[in-house]
Amino acid sequence: MNEPEKMDLITIYILSRQYHVPAGSTILTALEYAGFKLKKGVGCREGFCGACASLYRLQGDYKLHGGLGCATVVQPEMQIVQLPYTPAPKAIYHLEELEPVPEVFTHLYPELYRCLSCNTCTKICPQDLQVMDYIQAAVRGDLEQAADLSFDCIQCGLCSARCPAEITQFNVALLARRLVGRYLAKKGKYVEDRIKEVEASKFTAGYQELQDLSPEDLKKRYFERELNNLIF
Amino acid sequence: MVRKIKLQAKNREFCRKISELSGEVVMLCEQCGTCAGSCPMSAEMDITPSQMIRLVQLGQEAVLENKTFWVCASCYTCTVRCPRGIDPAKVAEALRQVKLRQAIDYIQIDEISSEEAKKLPSVALVAAFRKMTG
Amino acid sequence: MIQIPYYPGCTLKNKASNFETSALAAARALGLELVELPRWNCCGAVFSLSSDDLMRHIAPTNIFLRVQEMNRDHLVEDEYRLVTFCSMCFNVLRRTNQRLRESLEDRNKINDFSYLETETYQGRVEIVHLLELLRSMGWDKIQERVHKPLTGLKVAPYYGCMLLRPKDVGIDDPERPTIQEELLRSLGAEPVDFPLKLRCCGSYQTVPDKDLVANLAYDILSRAQKAGAEAITTSCPLCAFNLDFRQKEIQEKYPMFLPIPVFYFSQLMAIAFGLPQEVFGLVGHYANPRTLLATKGYLQATSPLEGGEG
Repeated sequence: MNEPEKMDLITIYILSRQYHVPAGSTILTALEYAGFKLKKGVGCREGFCGACASLYRLQGDYKLHGGLGCATVVQPEMQIVQLPYTPAPKAIYHLEELEPVPEVFTHLYPELYRCLSCNTCTKICPQDLQVMDYIQAAVRGDLEQAADLSFDCIQCGLCSARCPAEITQFNVALLARRLVGRYLAKKGKYVEDRIKEVEASKFTAGYQELQDLSPEDLKKRYFERELNNLIF
Repeated sequence: MVRKIKLQAKNREFCRKISELSGEVVMLCEQCGTCAGSCPMSAEMDITPSQMIRLVQLGQEAVLENKTFWVCASCYTCTVRCPRGIDPAKVAEALRQVKLRQAIDYIQIDEISSEEAKKLPSVALVAAFRKMTG
Repeated sequence: MIQIPYYPGCTLKNKASNFETSALAAARALGLELVELPRWNCCGAVFSLSSDDLMRHIAPTNIFLRVQEMNRDHLVEDEYRLVTFCSMCFNVLRRTNQRLRESLEDRNKINDFSYLETETYQGRVEIVHLLELLRSMGWDKIQERVHKPLTGLKVAPYYGCMLLRPKDVGIDDPERPTIQEELLRSLGAEPVDFPLKLRCCGSYQTVPDKDLVANLAYDILSRAQKAGAEAITTSCPLCAFNLDFRQKEIQEKYPMFLPIPVFYFSQLMAIAFGLPQEVFGLVGHYANPRTLLATKGYLQATSPLEGGEG
């Protein structure tokens, strides 16, 4: 019989209560080990959906840190709370009726102009984005820079929760990215070409062949498919 | 119009608070009225800048309900002309800040029409939000 | 070419882009390369007047740090002057710089708060308005560059507030300034003095109360017109908006009011220097500037109806 592995447990605080969890846990797995059943504040568990926004403090450090629950490894004496949702105003607009001009912000998100350039948003961003810089790009009307710098934003909401000017950074960025994607970004010619190919029935025969296969043959084909992308 | 007031500790406290927040020695004001005469916005004000300072000297918290310091455009004309070197613009800012820090905004951002918002240069919005929202 | 760090301010990048276009071109014609800060934020437009407020001084401090970074990265060489020409930005930057230089405690607090920055600010940067730079070059140097003197153009220089007040940050005497008149004379134009050239246009009150601003603008503009002005010149995009775009509200209230074009001083420089017409920046005006300029012969043959909505 195998001896159970001796786990290295560390002390952390969840909602100010002390727990002992395995070293190397993420905030999410630490919460689950401690007995919390996660229904909110959890999602893809791989740093992409922005659901598991968490706030934490470290021993001997006055700073308030922001991190993703799925991607932040717990440390001894860490104090943790989750912030699964930050209420945010979302302007209602129709993209087709907008123009890619700075004025979209003055009338859809006027609070943007309260920005103090204090960098509080940048300090809390779990994705290490230059949040203040993309907000200032929006203030300046530079939609492309706002879209570019905010590209990896996963809308976790921590910036908006901390912002003293009460701006909702991620919605401003979303508008910038949508406008750039729709009106300013270069259109990929390969997309147009591919659409033409599809309409010219280039792939019809191939799809029909797959649809005619038995489930066993389909499975065989799937596992033997050519993997030309490095996933790992 | 003559009004009788009795000065109490709370009046002294209000005067001290505004003096500290503005960084101005309001007790230096001799009520000469130069600021009132110079102010380009005085026609829109309910009390003149010098009356505003008088009320602060007397520690009358009711001055916070006046329109005067909201209509101030921070043009600093009073600042350069006061013979006693007081900066009434800073006193106006202190009164605004007392209100704004209680989360009482003078303008509601969502009340700006989208037509106006599209027309206004960003400098106007940034300045107005700094002076009139908290 | 002398290279100096340049801070545009947000408005010069959109609604007042004509101010930037004309000023950069005019500066270049004088051997000044105004190099924009590679990364910058809004200055905040107004200087925070509360004694205890440090938060609102962070934005300008960031800007001063960018000047230091430009030097560190050799985008300019040992140049700690920062040129700006939006009067609102100028006022806020110079006043904040003054406050930071006077208080070590404030500097320390802000530097400590901004821990993501790679450097600290200790007061090294000097804020310079473009008009001050021109004055220090000497008006005769400006005059030498004029190819098309603005002879017979009667221009009322409007100063507004932020260039001159308070006294210790102003670029000229707050009651009797002459710097814009000197510039206009060097360009060959005829400056028109009028009593309200120092009076506030209403500034940010244009947001909650456009009628108030329309009244103030009407007083200023009609006095200038009575003194014989054909055009107004300014150094502030907020003044330009209030004096130009609020002419719509003025005309509704005072139907006898005649529109008068409002220029940035740099636009008149570009015209007088004989630069290409595209850099005159005759876009984004309300009161049409082209009619007047065409009449005086400063424009190539184009439709006189372009360039203004009014």
